[in-house]
Amino acid sequence: MREIVEKKVLSENDRLAGELRQRYHEQHILCVNLISSPGSGKTTLLEKTLASLPQSSAVAVLTGDIQTDNDARRLSHYGFPVRQIVTGGTCHLDARMVDRHLNELGFRGPGLLFVENVGNLVCPSSYDLGEAAKIVLLSVTEGEDKPLKYPGIFHRASLMILTKTDLLPHVEFNPDLALENARKIHPEIDYIALSSRTGEGFEKWLSWLNVLQQKVRQQAAAVSS
Amino acid sequence: MHEIGIASSILECVAVEAQRRPDMQVLAVGVRIGELSNVDKDALDFAFEALTRDTPMEHLKLQVEWCPRRQKCLACSEEFSVHDLELACPKCGANHSTCIGGTELDIAYLELEEPCAKS
Repeated sequence: MREIVEKKVLSENDRLAGELRQRYHEQHILCVNLISSPGSGKTTLLEKTLASLPQSSAVAVLTGDIQTDNDARRLSHYGFPVRQIVTGGTCHLDARMVDRHLNELGFRGPGLLFVENVGNLVCPSSYDLGEAAKIVLLSVTEGEDKPLKYPGIFHRASLMILTKTDLLPHVEFNPDLALENARKIHPEIDYIALSSRTGEGFEKWLSWLNVLQQKVRQQAAAVSS
Repeated sequence: MHEIGIASSILECVAVEAQRRPDMQVLAVGVRIGELSNVDKDALDFAFEALTRDTPMEHLKLQVEWCPRRQKCLACSEEFSVHDLELACPKCGANHSTCIGGTELDIAYLELEEPCAKS
């Protein structure tokens, strides 16, 4: 006898992510979830981003890794609250980990919350963390066909950041082809090319964040009015 | 390789559903996996088998329905499956469509032992 169930496999994660989303909404927090392969430059991008934000900004970072608190130590030099999530083997962050560490961090909005996921292009894309946007990073030392090989994350990400563009003269990487491949999977994906080392493209990135932050504020204002 | 986590979420769900039907035995669980869900069917089968071995759920079968990416054309409303990453509408050729399938990661049904089969 067949009985229809119709439930999401990750319904418990989705429930917690829904609670986080509600909290972000109420406290006017913009949460973005950074996802990439290991070594694509998530932490360096965050370092440079934190360094360029005014000290008066309300910003916090949760950074995930399988082992070590190296990233949290790197990110703690910029005057903003940072917390390492050591997953101990788990290849992605889930909503429960974010909830627990956010509580321990004691961060309250309004403000900006960066979640740096575990370096992995596969598993993190399945877990909703309540974020307003997933951001996928691809560095110029990888292949242009990564969007085709890992369509799930490029389909879900709102923005693709091409990193390490200062290395373009030294590598055979065609940014147009990488973008073309990403848009085959997700035609509407936003795109920014930048170098965290030279700062090239950084204004676009900061203004992308700014636009999204304003949108979050407007949505919150529209609901409360 | 998060299929262990996915398999264990499926088993948790089955356990909850089974508790609600104490006089029935769950024979199989049916899941829908979309091609954009980033779940590998073989790895999921392997994880499921490993997690159920030598447990009361040892005989539970996992039945997977694989769901291709499907789009709906924003111009003519045609619904179509995507082959070779071709997102253009096969009916009118428009390039704008929205994703309506392929991200599934759902528990669809349980196969239960008929109560009358128990004697």
